[in-house]
Amino acid sequence: MSFDNFLLVWQQYPEILEAFGNTLMLIGIAGSVSMILGVFLTPLLMSHRKAVSLSVTFYCESMRCMPFLLFVYMIYFGLPSAGIQLSNWTTGVVALILYNSAYMAIFLKGAWKDIPTETIEAGRAYGFHGLKLFRRVIMPLMLMRATPMIGNQWVQIVKDSAFLGIIAVTELTAAMNAIQATYFIPFASFLSAVLLYWLISLVIEFFTTLFTRYAEVRRT
Amino acid sequence: MNAYDYWSIFQGSFTTVGVSLTGILVGLPLGLGLALLRWARIPVSRQVAYLYVSIIRSCPAVTLVMLIYFGAPQLGVSLSPLVAAMITMAVTASAFSCEIWRSALLSFDRQQYDAALAFGMPRFTRVWRIVLPQVWRSSLPGLINETTMLVKSSPAIAVIGMVEITRAAQRVGARTYDPLPPLMVGLVLYVVIIFALVRLQGRLERSGKNPETVA
Repeated sequence: MSFDNFLLVWQQYPEILEAFGNTLMLIGIAGSVSMILGVFLTPLLMSHRKAVSLSVTFYCESMRCMPFLLFVYMIYFGLPSAGIQLSNWTTGVVALILYNSAYMAIFLKGAWKDIPTETIEAGRAYGFHGLKLFRRVIMPLMLMRATPMIGNQWVQIVKDSAFLGIIAVTELTAAMNAIQATYFIPFASFLSAVLLYWLISLVIEFFTTLFTRYAEVRRT
Repeated sequence: MNAYDYWSIFQGSFTTVGVSLTGILVGLPLGLGLALLRWARIPVSRQVAYLYVSIIRSCPAVTLVMLIYFGAPQLGVSLSPLVAAMITMAVTASAFSCEIWRSALLSFDRQQYDAALAFGMPRFTRVWRIVLPQVWRSSLPGLINETTMLVKSSPAIAVIGMVEITRAAQRVGARTYDPLPPLMVGLVLYVVIIFALVRLQGRLERSGKNPETVA
């Protein structure tokens, strides 16, 4: 193990950068879409209609009990038998989104319950109800409260994205695995991958801190 | 699926539980050590501990297990897949539990520590009899939660050839050309494991509360 190994790894920078870009894209799409879906799922989780809230709770809880790889296999093998043909890349994105939006919804539900009832009552007193109450009063407060958890879940998405290499999506870990198999330099190539993942999560942490500060200023 | 298929998936759960359990048993004390290093504000080791936790916490289990299994021979140590998997789980658990121990230590009232010092307790006794019992109780929910996360990341060890639940289920699916039923069986096993952990948490919390009410 020497410094030359790292040079050798980084001489393959076109592949590494492409895979890194792929990973970033996976994380970006999955993270933002699952956040939005989570926001839509939360009112359903809190719904007074038992059938709605129970079925969404069932979905969220079954995601919470399932390892991501198992879910990926289910989607990967299950969708074709349901007659839906998707590329590996799309399958990966769909799996990431469906899996993580359940987690987002669970965190957001916790944040919703944490909002003081007086605030929501005040919103009602001012004539907000239904969708408008949710959009103008509950959603902003809920998102601000849940920011640290959402940031954590983004890091979790980073970690989950590495599983997608198993279904032949060319993301960072898969690309590094290909490089180490060609040149027999496993330590240098995987360590580079680990450091790149670290870099991504530092960026996520930075934005989370930024939003948390923004939220603290506006906290009631 | 025949009886043998069910049995082979069930066998996978021994690997999942065994490897996760070893990871926890080794990782928790390691994490506590790291957290104490940071708590005691020892100059260099404190920064090193911080860096280690930050890197490992953001590292995917798949990447880590491959780094350890394929990278170790380059450093002159050859590991069997089982040992590499256990080390991976322990490393992950140490980083995660360090954060939980640390936040429990931060909320711990340092005055009690000083009071114990005033009574002339030696350092080890102070940590063992005053700090740990309280920190243990307040970090228990977080630790159990992390254990379920560890179980959920355990399919990563399949990439180095360990046959745990997910991999066993996938292999049965590849043989029978019907992948969904074995995956469902695998899911049931995971649900059982995770529910057992949640029940354990409830029981430990209740048993932890009893001495308090007596005192």
